[in-house]
Order: sequence, then structure tokens, then C-alpha cells
Amino acid sequence: MTDTATKTAAPKGDLFSKFDGTIQLRETLLATGVEDPYNLVMEKVLSPTRAICNGRDTILLGTYNYMGMTFDPDVLDAGKDALNDYGSGTTGSRVLNGTYQGHKECEDALKEFYAMDHAMVFSTGYQANLGIISTIAGKGDYVILDIDSHASIYDGCAMGKAEIVPFRHNDIEALEKRLRRLPEEAGKLVVLEGVYSMLGDVAPLKEMIAIAKKYGAMVLVDEAHSMGFIGENGRGVCEEQGVIDDVDFIVGTFSKSVGTVGGFCVSNHPKFDIMRLVCRPYVFTASLPPSVVATAATSIRKLIHGANKRAHLWENSKTLHKGLKELGFKLGTEEPESAIIAVIMPDLENGAMMWEALLKEGLYVNLARPPATPAGMTLLRCSLCAEHTAEEVQTILAMFERSGKAIGIIP
Amino acid sequence: MTEAEVDERIRALIEPFNKKGVSIETATTFANDLEFDSLTVMDFVAEIEDEFDIIISMNQQAEIENYGQLVSAVHKLQDS
Repeated sequence: MTDTATKTAAPKGDLFSKFDGTIQLRETLLATGVEDPYNLVMEKVLSPTRAICNGRDTILLGTYNYMGMTFDPDVLDAGKDALNDYGSGTTGSRVLNGTYQGHKECEDALKEFYAMDHAMVFSTGYQANLGIISTIAGKGDYVILDIDSHASIYDGCAMGKAEIVPFRHNDIEALEKRLRRLPEEAGKLVVLEGVYSMLGDVAPLKEMIAIAKKYGAMVLVDEAHSMGFIGENGRGVCEEQGVIDDVDFIVGTFSKSVGTVGGFCVSNHPKFDIMRLVCRPYVFTASLPPSVVATAATSIRKLIHGANKRAHLWENSKTLHKGLKELGFKLGTEEPESAIIAVIMPDLENGAMMWEALLKEGLYVNLARPPATPAGMTLLRCSLCAEHTAEEVQTILAMFERSGKAIGIIP
Repeated sequence: MTEAEVDERIRALIEPFNKKGVSIETATTFANDLEFDSLTVMDFVAEIEDEFDIIISMNQQAEIENYGQLVSAVHKLQDS
């Protein structure tokens, strides 16, 4: 119902004319003279929380590096050893020549971390959602998903043959209404996220999973933004809300708290292992390099014992949220619910100016805009790290205050 | 419910979303004529789903470009 505008406006021949709207938007923004928010280069990375960006010493507050594992000495050593012992890459699919000892060890670490029977490692988190959703929900099945779901969830739906039924963000009643109207005998997969990455808000998983089970649906929860941090053992929002045993599939990523790249799905489903043969985004791609799975496995095992870091990260999140609110910024959530704090900007132009002002102060945050954001919002998205010191959080607040006043976003 | 009755009820539902007061014809498109963005589509579809106690999946929504197609799709769905 929404895609026709670009089709009719496109002149003949050039397949790129469908991008004219986006090109125009970008040119208009850059014409105002701001630094390109989508072309930042980190020339040198000093630590999980600092880098030289476009020539400036910069505090990183938009990297999803929640637990600061990217420079952990044990993690780095594991990677170096694997690089030496197993080489730079596997050059093969997991089902052919691409399963090394390290891939098995990484899956063992995940099974231990989540206390679940099965774990499957994908080459990226995106592919984990793409693969699991498109494979398990087939023709005649239904995928019921939150409208604010991540692109990888939507793409998994688009790649599969199931009927896709969205419901209003975090709306328990809207979910139930839709499940009630679906054919009782049809296969159903409810897809939820623990933390929604744009506003940093948490899903009412306890209520939603109970409803999904009542209607005989299987449940997949994407815990990309909560792994390592939320829940007593860092297993995510479903652990925090006491419903992890009712979740059929947890999907996650190595590119946030784990500090490298890769994705995974863990499950207690007795037939889960068959996914290794039928899931195309798992089969038809090369497996992760040995150094990557070695760093991931080491990091995951260390995250099990990360209670102190988790506590400090909560402190950081609370301090930043409270400080920004007191300065007069409009935030994505009333209370801090995760390690993401979204600062709502009046519009894209002001957002870009504020983003640039912060960068010049020496602070990197994400500038997020539609279509990635809900309700057409422009956001400055901050993600905190357990390695940010309490002093750094104060420095960050001072930077926000100066920039916000200079741009005129706060009084 | 006849197609005419479905038409009448959807006409009432579309009113608050029709901000520019576009005249609603069979060939009126949601994207171009009514300028619905994806969020408006979701809210509008949810209203229709609740009114008729049906589901219009995203797959079905993708096939619906104009008002006439919507009425006919809803008519079929509420009958089944």
C-alpha cells in the first residue's frame, strides 16, 4: 500500500532513479554544511570507549559495545592464537569444510551461557534472523511481529513464504486480537525483541509470551541488545522477566556485548539441529574466521561472570538518562530501560546539527532517522558501555549541555 | 455483509486519516492520492481489522493499491 510513489515517478531505463528521493534528501542535508553523519572514519581506536574520529579524540557513545569486550586481553589473546593456529579464514560453509574446533567451542559456550540444549552460529546476526525466520515459518504459516521489528526480522519474513501479521509496538492487546483471529490449526511464530534498539525500550515479554502460548504459537525473541547485560546471568530480557523457559528460540549477535561479529540462535527444540541442513543463510555462506569464533567464545564465557560490569553499566545508564532529562532533552523512554538512551530531535536538520556539534566536542553518537526509526523520528541514539567511567558520563553530559544550548534544542 | 455495506463502513473509517479531504473513488490510491505513510497504513489497517474482526496480512496489503481493491478484499475476508 505504500510503495507505488517511487515506481510511478521513475523515468525509463536507469534502475537507480528509484533512489532519487534518498539522494535528494542527503544532498539537501549536506548542503547545510554539516559533516556527513554516515561517512565517519575512525582512524584509530584507542579503547572500547575512545577513538580518533575525523582527526579528533572522541568518546564513543554509539557503538553497542555494551560490555566493552573489544580490547579485553583474554579475548585478544584467544583471537591471536586462533589466527596463528588455524589461519585467517575457513573458506567454506559450516556444512562442508567450514566447521573448525573453534566453531564447536563457540556453540558450546553459547549452550552454557544460555543453559540450553542447542546452539547454532551464523556469520552475522542479520543472517541468524534471516535464516531462522525464513526457514521455520513456511507457506500457510503466520509470523506475528511487532511493527518496530529490526530490518533483519522483516527481511527474514520477506524471504520466507509465510503470511506476515504486524501489531502495534509493545501492544499486548493488539497481539492477542491478531492471534485470536488466525486459524487455530495454522502454524504461528510470534517474533519479539527484548530491547528495541531505536528507543531502547523493553518489551512486556512476560505477558506477550503467555498470550502467544495460549494460542499455540512458537516464540522467537531477539535479544541482540540485552545479551550480556540484562538478566541475572546476562541472558536477556526473557531471563529478567522470568520467561526464558517459555521461549522457543533466542536469536542474538556477537557484534554488541560479545564484541566481535557473528550471530546465533539457541533453542531447546529437540529437532533443532536439522536447521543446519535446511537453513539457507547458514548453508550457503562461508563460516566465521577462526579468530572471530575464538574471540566470541572467550568473550561469552567471560560475560557469564560479568555481574560487576553489568551493575556499573546500569549505573551509567541511569546517570546519563537522569542527567539528560534534567537538562531538558526529550528522551525515548521515561525511565532508563536498557543501555540505549535515545534523545529525540525536533527534525533531521536540527538532529544533524546537534550530531555535528557533539562530534566537534569529541563525542560520537548515532544519528538515526526514518525509515529506521519509528514514527518518523530523528534520534540521537546513545549506547553506553560498561567501560565508560562515572567521570566520562559527566563529561558526556557537559558536552550535551553545551551543544544543546548552542543549537537551541534546550533552553 | 454486502460489498456496499463494507464500502460504507470503510468510508467512515478512512475519514480521520483523509487529512486533505481527498475525494474517495474506486481508483483512489493510498500511497499517491491519500499520501499514507507506513505508519498511517498500519493504524488504518488496524482500524479495519478491528471493525470487521479480520486480519489483513502484509502480504495481502502489498496487493492493495487503491480503495476499490481494499473494499473488495475486505468483503472477501469478512465472508470467509
